[in-house]
Amino acid sequence: MSLSGRLAVAVASSLASFSAAAQSRYNFQEPVTEIAGQIYDLHILMLIICLVIFIGVFGVMFWSVFHHRKSRGAVAANFHENTTVEIVWTVVPVLILVGMAWPATRTILEMKDTSGADITIKATGYQWKWGYDYLQGEGEGIRFVSNLATPRDQIEGRAEKGEHYLLEVDNPVVVPVGKRIRLLLTANDVIHAWWVPAFGVKQDAIPGFIRDTWFQADKEGVYRGVCAELCGRDHAYMPIEVHVVSADAYSAWVAQQGPRQPAVEAEAETEAETEAETEAEADAEVGTSDESKPAGV
Amino acid sequence: MAAVIPERLQEHHHGAHTGLMRWITTTNHKDIGTMYLIFSFVMFLAGGVMALTLRAELFQPGLQVVQPELFNQLTTLHGLVMVFGAIMPAFVGFANWMIPLMIGASDMAFARMNNWSFWLLPPAAILLIGSFFVPGGATAAGWTLYPPLSVQMGMGMDLAIFAVHIMGVSSIMGAINIVVTILNMRAPGMTMMKMPLFCWTWLITAYLLIAVMPVLAGAVTMLLTDRHFGTSFFNAAGGGDPVLYQHIFWFFGHPEVYIMILPAFGIVSQIIPTFARKPLFGYASMVYATSSIAILSFIVWAHHMFTTGMPAAGQLFFMYATMLIAVPTGVKVFNWVATMWRGSMTFETPMLFAVGFIFVFTMGGFTGLICAIAPVDIQIHDTYYVVAHFHYVLVAGSLFALFAGAYYWLPKWTGHMPDERIGKLHFWCSIVFFNVTFFPMHFLGLAGMPRRVPDYALQFADFNALATIGAFGFGLSQLIFLWAVIKCVRGGEKAAARSWESAEGLEWTVPSPAPHHTFEEAPVVR
Repeated sequence: MSLSGRLAVAVASSLASFSAAAQSRYNFQEPVTEIAGQIYDLHILMLIICLVIFIGVFGVMFWSVFHHRKSRGAVAANFHENTTVEIVWTVVPVLILVGMAWPATRTILEMKDTSGADITIKATGYQWKWGYDYLQGEGEGIRFVSNLATPRDQIEGRAEKGEHYLLEVDNPVVVPVGKRIRLLLTANDVIHAWWVPAFGVKQDAIPGFIRDTWFQADKEGVYRGVCAELCGRDHAYMPIEVHVVSADAYSAWVAQQGPRQPAVEAEAETEAETEAETEAEADAEVGTSDESKPAGV
Repeated sequence: MAAVIPERLQEHHHGAHTGLMRWITTTNHKDIGTMYLIFSFVMFLAGGVMALTLRAELFQPGLQVVQPELFNQLTTLHGLVMVFGAIMPAFVGFANWMIPLMIGASDMAFARMNNWSFWLLPPAAILLIGSFFVPGGATAAGWTLYPPLSVQMGMGMDLAIFAVHIMGVSSIMGAINIVVTILNMRAPGMTMMKMPLFCWTWLITAYLLIAVMPVLAGAVTMLLTDRHFGTSFFNAAGGGDPVLYQHIFWFFGHPEVYIMILPAFGIVSQIIPTFARKPLFGYASMVYATSSIAILSFIVWAHHMFTTGMPAAGQLFFMYATMLIAVPTGVKVFNWVATMWRGSMTFETPMLFAVGFIFVFTMGGFTGLICAIAPVDIQIHDTYYVVAHFHYVLVAGSLFALFAGAYYWLPKWTGHMPDERIGKLHFWCSIVFFNVTFFPMHFLGLAGMPRRVPDYALQFADFNALATIGAFGFGLSQLIFLWAVIKCVRGGEKAAARSWESAEGLEWTVPSPAPHHTFEEAPVVR
């Protein structure tokens, strides 16, 4: 990574973490993709509608609770139905729901359109780490395994916890800013889920099957996520770290990766890019599950 | 059917067994109802202790109290115990006690089967709790038991599968009993549309149980054969599909959440009119709304699976169907509020819990609507937001309604009025600590904390500490309930037959406490 790229990442990430710290305490993390932005807005819209209904319904209920009390001399009326009112409070909610469904439908269709990718990356969930293969586009052929980088001492309380406790990895995913990244997901053993909140991406990684999703990050920075599907003992300890960098910095990173081929997990990865990949991984899965059976977890 | 029981037969029945054998052999719906209620409270405390252990671990980031293996076991068993051991049996207990009294029947239709459906539960509970002590410990796959993770588990998983089978058999028998009792044993003149709403909601719930418990049994049986007999239902290497399990599970699981809330709607619909001194608003629309919710519950299951990667058409269908459920649910809330409107209300403990139920359950309804929006759900699925959502509907919903019902009918069960001061203390402690515990979880989930983790990033520390403090407060508050019930059983102000000023219904025409046998001659309803 060039010095300027490094600087840009540092500035962007510190800005992002600052605004994220201010904002993400009570709400979604600051979105950096178009989709995440739409989700953010949808949620705010829903929140406002729910708040208005909340105030309406509970305004009436608490008015009643405070005024229609026996101790205040309230005498009970005896009405128990009113067809007009009942029709109104059935039809009006339907209309409100249509208003909510409309923008949501648009977002779903965009989320599901994974065509036109600039770069395709395959992420494989293992108990308990992520493997990445750059399958297509600039950086094709790069593959590595990404492990939790937080030292055990911090987890067990023998050392001070660092700023990115449990959200840091040894080999982060690096992608260029403003490019459409298609992500293929699968798993080697059990179901995992690849989730980066700032991208609005959460997709289960299912052993024996390939699922896809996409993102296009519009802002450089470091974005962190976690595995979101219970996957066994160290489910809490397989984070995701994505560095979104400039096109130049990305090219530099790709060049630097060239000779490096981590040997870890080689056996499970050998056939990863062939047609037979699904079956091969499923076979591997049988092996793992048999091995781990006696241990219980 | 058996509206009149020959006096000599009764004498024989009472003469035969005393002490423990009376409870083991009883076929009396009141005895069985009491046993269900005690059983469910014991399980509630067991599940609560598990929850508090989880919260203790989550008080601070890092691992302090339990290791991840045990944490996952406790998460799983907390869910299974609360759903199958606490909430469901508690509602069956209410059904046993109250449905015959409400419809003027002398007992449940199948009295011996009733005994069996209760006595299946303790062995199931022993299997579940005992699984902590087998090699490998209890299952740690989450209460949803998703494969392939659940296939990796040790023998604790098999015990859980058998426990689920047994509890499923028990539920199905209970449900059949309730359906037959309601359809065949109503007093003369008690037409369907005159039935108390609690009977209506339980009738619909019973149909749901009969429809979906076998589906769950099928799903866990397939897990069992995948684990031990070489089948590959959920194993891709053998041509199966792990996601297939999720479809089957949630085809059971979504109706299941209505199984846990519809009887609660019924209880609240009995209590609000009593303390508003005004008939229930929109009785017919309540019945239709309950039926609509039940029918819709069969076509929304995949909203639990938006992140598995289904086609856009699937996401859209399940999103629209799920959103539709808000309509009948809204109708119910509006009806309750309209019942209170221009009433003459007093706020004894049952009413406090019922109003608390409406308030907090509706918040869970709102977050449910937000979860229904598929793109938003992609962000909050499997986070603490979902944990907050379903605890708002299951704790503040089902559990608060159970408390409301318990305080409401305790005079009928014990012959004594519950102590209002203790009851009110229980209510205020519960509702305050409930919100302290679960409200911050919305923020945690939005900010990105996943569920089912023993450890978390530092930015979540404050809200987790708060939630843990609230959880211990909430847990301890439930001992107040135990105190209130024991005090009420042992003595207190004598309860009249009609224990609450304007309570309506046949159950208030029999003395308090209700004698061992009631309605030996069917009452006539005008």
